[in-house]
Amino acid sequence: MSIVRVGQAYGAIVEGEALISEEGFSPRYDLDRWSGIITKPGHKLEGMSIVDKVCFFPTAKGGIAAGWAFYDIKWKKIAPKAFIFGVTNPVMVQGAVFAGIPITAGWTPHPGEVFRSGDWVRVDPARKLIEVVRRQA
Amino acid sequence: MELTAEEREILAGKLGEATRRALEYQVEVGRFWQAKRMVPVTNVHLMGDIEVMGDGGLEFLREEVRLGARCRVGATTNARCIDFAHCERLGQDPAEVAKERELIQCLRRMEVVTTDTCINYQTGYQPRLGEHVAWGDTGTVIYANSVFGARSNFESGPAALAAALTGRTPEYGFHLDDHRKGTFSVELRATLDDLADWGAVGKLVGESRQDYFAVPVFHGYRRTPTADELKHLGAALASYGSMAMFHFVGVTPEAPSEIPEQKFAVSEKDIQNVYAGYSLGDGDARLVVFSGPQQSLLEMKGLAQLFDGRKVKEGSSCFVTTNAAVLARSRALGYAKVLEGAGVTILEGVCFYILQNLSSLRRANRWTNMVSNSAKIVNIIGAHRFNTILRRTADCVEIACSGELR
Repeated sequence: MSIVRVGQAYGAIVEGEALISEEGFSPRYDLDRWSGIITKPGHKLEGMSIVDKVCFFPTAKGGIAAGWAFYDIKWKKIAPKAFIFGVTNPVMVQGAVFAGIPITAGWTPHPGEVFRSGDWVRVDPARKLIEVVRRQA
Repeated sequence: MELTAEEREILAGKLGEATRRALEYQVEVGRFWQAKRMVPVTNVHLMGDIEVMGDGGLEFLREEVRLGARCRVGATTNARCIDFAHCERLGQDPAEVAKERELIQCLRRMEVVTTDTCINYQTGYQPRLGEHVAWGDTGTVIYANSVFGARSNFESGPAALAAALTGRTPEYGFHLDDHRKGTFSVELRATLDDLADWGAVGKLVGESRQDYFAVPVFHGYRRTPTADELKHLGAALASYGSMAMFHFVGVTPEAPSEIPEQKFAVSEKDIQNVYAGYSLGDGDARLVVFSGPQQSLLEMKGLAQLFDGRKVKEGSSCFVTTNAAVLARSRALGYAKVLEGAGVTILEGVCFYILQNLSSLRRANRWTNMVSNSAKIVNIIGAHRFNTILRRTADCVEIACSGELR
């Protein structure tokens, strides 16, 4: 199987390298907003860049400030291609829509069963699915 | 979404381009959440400063002003990143300081009331049961939903600003009865004598769920919690769990008469384990912060009592943040004098965590640890590479004055 179906979705079709996190995400708590690298000590993706990735996060963490942060990282050209959340919150959605970054919430099955980080995937919000374009070698 | 005739006119440009864009954006967000309609709001609380917005956000605001954007309902601002009285001493970037001044002017031209506080619910606007508002930050939202019984989702800066322009917000999440029911119960078996203990409860419960739509129901507590205690509980639940509402049996207006099945309990031992769980890192004890949320007048009084006759250890820094109204009263009542006499720096209208240039400030001072009685700030400041340590209020004061971590 090479498809993950999502519950809610916004945005245009995009493709990019998958980055799959076992830990939730906040662009304020976890991310260096000048480099696009996850810098929170101990985050499961610490040291990884989200720039141009299709980012899979199980949960959204905290913060209202995330709403401006997505627009900010888009402006700085260090935004991911898309945010794929297991469960999300309104701030992530408000921020992503404001920045024009595709975002989805809810997934079946768990993306970890279908993709690995490094796989090239396509996000199709209108069809509410994510599919593998090619596997990481 | 079902739109009213007035909303269709707004989308056709009747109230100008800024309002048209705002509603178009709100409808898109509403569609994501399957909102059926927009709901009018009476009040907006908005996060907007140069640290969170960046150059792109400032350019967006300039454009809004050019388009003649005007708030249709009362709108206030959250804590910001620069206290102009302290920015030089803190080594904040003059270019960013200038942008912050411009940004504030942009907001005022749009008729935003720049209160610069994250405790608007204690000092500004207190909505009634059932009143729909559009608030951010998260601490303000969870307080509005839980303690007042008002109705708000987390409204981030762009979303809150849109709500201010259109006077409405998409009806989803906590605007709807369905999402306001308790989803799990938490028995409070601990005494919770300090504000930090309430934050610790928020951390334990928040981390256990991390779900915006999870609504804990607290019960079994033997005393009536104070507004400041509920503030720290809510701020931590929102921060660790992304939660927007809690119930507290006997305390909050929508608390259920029946406790949800799913059980969770917090004991004295659990609270002790929270404190014991923090790594002391390299033992650096030179930074103690009382912020996130800003201090209420009663918290200022409490801190003044603890710092009375004492001095912050030489080489250490202690910061307190509050809003202009609380600081003015604290000055009149002598609390500020006691704190400043002890060597505490009081910052007005800001939150320590969003200070412009915080990472450089950390490097310049070679701070590695940050000690605070706020579970929220201990959680959120990680991206600035602080090792953070939660301690009770009196312990924080001891650490600030002794320079020794414990």
